[in-house]
Amino acid sequence: MPNDSKPDSKGAKSNFDYTKQAPGSHLATKQQPVPFRGGGFAPVSRPWMGFVVFFVLIAFLEAGTRIGFISALTIPKPSDVFNTFVELYSSGLLWTHLMPSLTRFVIGAAIGTVLGVSLGIAIGLFSYVRAGLVPLVAALFPVPKIALLPLFVIWFGIDEASKYALIAFGTFTPMVVATYGAVDNVDRGLIRMGQSFNLAWFSIVRKIVLPGAMAGILSGLRIALAIAIILLVAAEMLGAEYGIGAYILQAGSLYDLERLFTGVAILSILGVLVNSAIGLIEKRVLRWRM
Amino acid sequence: MDIKLSGIHHSYGEREVLRNINLDIASGQIVCIVGPSGCGKSTLLRLIGGLERPSLGDILQVGDVPEGCLNPLTYVFQDFALLPWRSVAGNISLVLEDHGISRVESQDIINNVLERCKLSDFADVFPKQISGGMKQRVAIARALAVNPAVMLMDEPLSALDSQTRELLMDDIVSLWTRKPFTAVYVTHNLAEAVRLGHRIVVLSRRPGEIREVVTIDKPLSERRHADPDLEQQQNTLWQMMRDEAMAADAELINA
Repeated sequence: MPNDSKPDSKGAKSNFDYTKQAPGSHLATKQQPVPFRGGGFAPVSRPWMGFVVFFVLIAFLEAGTRIGFISALTIPKPSDVFNTFVELYSSGLLWTHLMPSLTRFVIGAAIGTVLGVSLGIAIGLFSYVRAGLVPLVAALFPVPKIALLPLFVIWFGIDEASKYALIAFGTFTPMVVATYGAVDNVDRGLIRMGQSFNLAWFSIVRKIVLPGAMAGILSGLRIALAIAIILLVAAEMLGAEYGIGAYILQAGSLYDLERLFTGVAILSILGVLVNSAIGLIEKRVLRWRM
Repeated sequence: MDIKLSGIHHSYGEREVLRNINLDIASGQIVCIVGPSGCGKSTLLRLIGGLERPSLGDILQVGDVPEGCLNPLTYVFQDFALLPWRSVAGNISLVLEDHGISRVESQDIINNVLERCKLSDFADVFPKQISGGMKQRVAIARALAVNPAVMLMDEPLSALDSQTRELLMDDIVSLWTRKPFTAVYVTHNLAEAVRLGHRIVVLSRRPGEIREVVTIDKPLSERRHADPDLEQQQNTLWQMMRDEAMAADAELINA
């Protein structure tokens, strides 16, 4: 049998070679490469690009204010803003303003995030909680939290507590919405698997639902923390001796644009730092997605 | 432990999916359930494992759960259902964690099942890094780790290519030969059914009723790929199902 098949397959092979050029093909006619159409729509890491944009923008402003095609009244010179920042730092006032702000930011955002994630998970897991609270959250979400500051002052006093409450409230609603959306998107097949192996209810939540929802929770956290920074400044503008918001308010009322922009730049840096911190957490926690 | 189904009816709202199913699943045997698409065979499996409740009828566990069995009715899913954020070993340890087993003991179990499923070199990799065939081996290892009384396999090879499927069928046969287990194996692939089934239950199209139960006496270890006896059996099964499958194919979904 093997002896038989050997010449046979050889014959088949040479036959195949012979017909490689299909009878209908016309190799002599025009040839051109197939055009490539599959590019784009795939984000690639370009870490230096962000710095380039910042650098070009600042260089443009600096050149504009020096040469004069941007009037000094419209925008201060970036180098002056930088000098004001250095002054603020060397006088020690930077920490006097920054520390209270950071404390308010961290405490307020922590309270809001923890409560928001917990309620979001509860909404994601229990139909009654969902039916009862989703409309309430939808009603609270669009309320401008700043408008409620006087109310918070009456409830929690003029000190720190009302500022914590404002920031916490502002981070709470977006965290609830992001979390229950993320819980809804956890693969039901994995949950059924957990049930089919008789895992305890709490194990399923901790080992399947939470890790599965983590990506959505973290992207909600990005938005919530940006809102927290906005509210931090708003709270400090309405009644604080020290804090970045108070500093900006003082500068604004004196039309001291250099100091105003120094304050704004500090907030922007804070925003960038918070964002990259979340990026680092994502890289660690969501390593399995890479 | 045996499983006894008596008078099972099941419907989703107005839509009847299973009608009068009576079936005994004897321990140490692989029972294959075949039928045209949409005949309710996967639903039947979910009923057997208690993931859904039948509209009518009883599903009974007959006899005691064998000693050392952590989860009597254990599934192997078509889409593997592995946690992507846990390593291969972590996925197996998941199902041991709620049973108060010591760390050393659970490590022993993990090593043992990984070895039985030829996965020892893959303990620390993530599911994303391995092929579909390997993923299903992990899912089978995870099922073996809880020492099930009955394995409920829901089209376990349907997401794999045909070559991987052949390899995994050999693996399942050798696992069974080394240590016979009880399994209900749902598939639409008749070749799998005749290779792995001691008994083959043929369901009609929806609402699924038992049409025929075919027994194959040839021992699992003697069944080979392209075995003429099996081809014969497969052909008979196909003749039996062909018209049903055609009718099921032409049916409107949700009609």
